[in-house]
This record gives sequence, C-alpha cells and structure tokens, in this order.
Amino acid sequence: MGKVVGLMGDEAVAQAVRQSNVDVIAAYPITPQTIIVERLSEYVANGELDAAFVPVESEHSALSCCVGASLTGARVFTASAANGIALMFEITFIASSMRCPIVMAIVNRAFSAPINIHCSHDDTVALRDASWVHLISESVQEAYDNTVQAFKIAEDPRVLLPTSISLDGFILSHCLERIEMLDDEVVSEFLPPRKAEYKLDPEKPITFGPLALYDYYFEFKRQQEEAMRNALTVVKEVAKKYEEISGRKYGTIKKFMTDDADVVLVCMGSAAGTARVVAKSLRKEGKKVGVLSVRLFRPFPTEDVRETLENAKAVAVIDRSSAPGCVGGPLFEDICTALYDLPERPLTYNIIAGLGGRDITPDQIKQMYNIGFKYIEKGKVEDKVLWIGVR
Amino acid sequence: MLFEVRWHGRGGQGVVTASDLLARAAIIEGKYAQHFPEFGPERMGAPIRAFTRISDKPIELHTGVYEPEMVVVIDPTLLIKTEMILQGMREDRPLVVNAKTPPQTLVDRCKEKNIKLYVVDAYTIAIEVLKRPFYNTPMLGAAVKVSGLVKLDSVLKAAELRFSGDILKKNIEVIKKGFNEVKEYA
Repeated sequence: MGKVVGLMGDEAVAQAVRQSNVDVIAAYPITPQTIIVERLSEYVANGELDAAFVPVESEHSALSCCVGASLTGARVFTASAANGIALMFEITFIASSMRCPIVMAIVNRAFSAPINIHCSHDDTVALRDASWVHLISESVQEAYDNTVQAFKIAEDPRVLLPTSISLDGFILSHCLERIEMLDDEVVSEFLPPRKAEYKLDPEKPITFGPLALYDYYFEFKRQQEEAMRNALTVVKEVAKKYEEISGRKYGTIKKFMTDDADVVLVCMGSAAGTARVVAKSLRKEGKKVGVLSVRLFRPFPTEDVRETLENAKAVAVIDRSSAPGCVGGPLFEDICTALYDLPERPLTYNIIAGLGGRDITPDQIKQMYNIGFKYIEKGKVEDKVLWIGVR
Repeated sequence: MLFEVRWHGRGGQGVVTASDLLARAAIIEGKYAQHFPEFGPERMGAPIRAFTRISDKPIELHTGVYEPEMVVVIDPTLLIKTEMILQGMREDRPLVVNAKTPPQTLVDRCKEKNIKLYVVDAYTIAIEVLKRPFYNTPMLGAAVKVSGLVKLDSVLKAAELRFSGDILKKNIEVIKKGFNEVKEYA
C-alpha cells in the first residue's frame, strides 16, 4: 500500500493536489509557496492532471477566480503566503460567505516589513476570523495528509467552507523528508468527484452573493457559524476515514505525554516535533512535561484543549506571530479562553518565538519548560508574555 | 541513532544536490532522512550550507543542526575559514575536505580539537571526469565512505533518480572515485 518517497513539503502538497483530481487551479507564485504552483503547472502541462490552470496576475485575482470556479461545482485549489494572503484578504471573506469549498495551501511566511521570506504564522492568523477551516501541518507527511483531507472536509455538505492547510515556510516547504504517499486510486476513491448541491448552472439559474442588508445578512452569518460548528465533527469523521486508508491517526489536537504532565507546552506547526523530542529527554530526567499541538486552528477545538490541559499545573503557549498591543499572541488568547471556565486553572504564560524564521531550538524549549517549573514553585506567573530567542 | 551532517560550499557548486542525494540514499535503504539547505540571498559564489539528518526512526526535529556528527567542505577556498568549518564539531568527529593538501592552520586546529581530518582531491577527480569543477558528487562519495551512513550502491541509485545518460554515467564514476580515494590525513 502506498509508496515511500523523499519529498519537500511543497512537492508533497502538489502531489496530494494532483491525486485529489482538482478541476481548477488559479494561483500566483510567491516564495516559499512557488514550488507548489510550479509542480502543478507541470502536471497540467504534461497531462498528469486534467485540470484548468489559470496563471492569474495577482492573488486577489487568484482567489476571485477560485470563487467563480467553485460556484460552478468544480473542485478548486490555490496556494499563497504572507503578502499574497494580504492581497487576497477581501476575497477570503467572500469565498466563505458564498460557501465555496476551496482548498488553499498557506506556506507560512512573515508579513513585510522588513521583507522576510521565512516562517511566521502571521498569514494563517490573519485569516482566523474569515470563516475558513484551518488545518496546521507539523511535518511534510502531515502537509500531504492534510491536503487530501482538506477537500473532503471543505466539500462536506454540512461544512461547505474554504479550508486552508498551513505548512511552515522553508522549515517544511523546502525540507526533504521521507513520506508515504497513497496510491492514486486510493485517493480517487477517498475523494470522488465533487457533487455540488447548489451551483451556477444556465439550466437552473440561481444567484450567489446578492444584496442582503439588515433583512438577511445576519442569517447568512449564523449559517456560517453553524457550518463551523459542524466542521468540528466533520474534521474528526474525515480523520477516521483517512486512517482507514492510510493507517495514520489525526484529530483536532495532538497530545504527547500530557496525561500526568505538570508543564504542558502548546504550539502549532513544525516546532511541535522539536518540542516532543525535548519533552522526551526531560521525562528521562524525571520532569513531568508534555506537548499539546493544535492541528485544527479553526474551528478552535475548545473542549479537546480544555480536557487535555485541565490537570496541568502550568501551560506555556508558543505563538509564532506577534500581535502588538494584544493581551498575548493569538494562540495564547484561544488557550486562555478555553481554560477560563475551569474551576481550577493552570498557570498560563505566553512565549513569542521563531519570528521571521528564527530557529526555535531545543535549548529554547527547555528554557520554556523551566520557566513553568519556576512559576509553579512560586505559585504565580511573573512575566505573562516572554519573547524567547530575541536579541 | 540520529546522525547530522553539515555541508559547506558556494552557491552553484551543487552543495544542495549532495545533501539531497545523501538523504535520498538513506530513504532508499528504508531509513528516515531530512535534507534542508540554508536559505539566504542565493548568489552564485556565496558561501552556503546544507544539512542532512539520517536516522533509523522517524525524525521529529525541525530545527537547525548545531553539533554535526560530520562536516563536509565541498569548496577548497573555504578551508581557510577554520572556525566556520569547525563550529559545533565535537571530538572524534570526521571532517571531510576537498584538498590536495589542507591548509596547515586547519590541520593544527583539527589536532587541537581532536577532530579526524579526511581529504580527497575532488578537484582533480571532477576535472578529469566531468571536465568541469563540480566537486559535489566526488565529495558525496567521500562522505559516504567516511561515515558509512549508507551503502555506496544506495547513493548510486539516488543519483539515478537525479541524473540520466552521460551525466549519470560520469557522476557515478566520480562518486566511486571520491569513495575510493578519500584518506585520513596524517
């Protein structure tokens, strides 16, 4: 079953998109996403993928084109990063409001200025409130697996929302790893052609996105909220089905040694693996530490997070993006909110790390855990938001 | 066991390819591997680095390589940058360099730090076979011999994925020559 290959993150996403039999790809290249778009254009050019490839003139046009194509009932893909996401921002809300199950790869890159091509989670975080389902990848394998699952989640009639899969720029997008690819036929069976219940069809004309003022706008938003709540269930269902064909388990979060942990580190993306390596070695020294990594950033898996963290004494949350002027980073605020209703809350503190591709090192992670033990000993949090690795 | 390799060279010399092929060879053998270059301003001739991680178990680390098990220097003009080359290297680890005779400062520092210095004249191998100064594949052969990380055969299979025709034939020849000619510098 499947085959073992060496692929970079971007290549793995492109392969998954090819196997998912997409109908339309509209994208504009931007580092570090470029390889995805290059590979897909090659697949279309050499006949490996029967899809329309639209080389648009900007990201705003890319997503606009995707919206139009998606409304005709097509399976649609695009990819972008950082400034590209910023340029398509207007259309991201339109795509979700019009219930277009577009799949987009976000290859995480820091927002300018200064110009930086490396990883921050700024771009995914910017789309936090855009009513998109956001899946986060921790490895090249997960980038591949998330891409295949994203189409199934997005197109589920209970969801019908655009879905992003994020992978850390360069750290995963340009890192070659050993991955197991599914056979083309297996993916085709997992993802039969999309059946859109409502679509643009000259035979049965309907309208998308017309004017709705105080008479109906409110109801549209409520429907999106319902769809988001459904997505929480659908993500789990799809993960189960995917496990049947791949043998690989997915959920809304990933837990590592959290059951009896005193200090749990919460993070998203490629740092999770490094954190698990450090946690394993600290366990050998007798320190009770664990890692919770968030795979589903939106809809936020509040219950799963709360259940996992309720017995911890201290919780450290890494944000790979800064939110100047906020209480803390965006993931930190989510985690604190999830914990707020607990009768006894763990101590919580936030770590801003790895901005603009600065390496999140095992030493830094050890430091993050040690701060937690220090706070437990003192019985209180001294610095709520710490910047680690900054000069 | 986790084995980490750091490659030094200059933009345009195939540093990334050498690291990539080593990772692919390990994957061909059923091992786990990572390969990632250092991305900065990509200019022809600028010093660049690439990294390979190889293990029998899945690799979860996604961080830089700070204490490599082996360092390979593809470009001979970088050998004067002693501290850059030896950065993070621990005792008994192999340093594989492209040189007829390595600079005396490097030889002395390796002795002081108890680092095993290996040399191969990749320049001559490349010029003889490839007729062009591509030192990456002979250095790959040398690195494979010194580390014993993967079988020579697996590297040749990896090369088949990357090259074809006459280029493949010549690269196979230089990989083998690098493998056979590398020697500990005494």
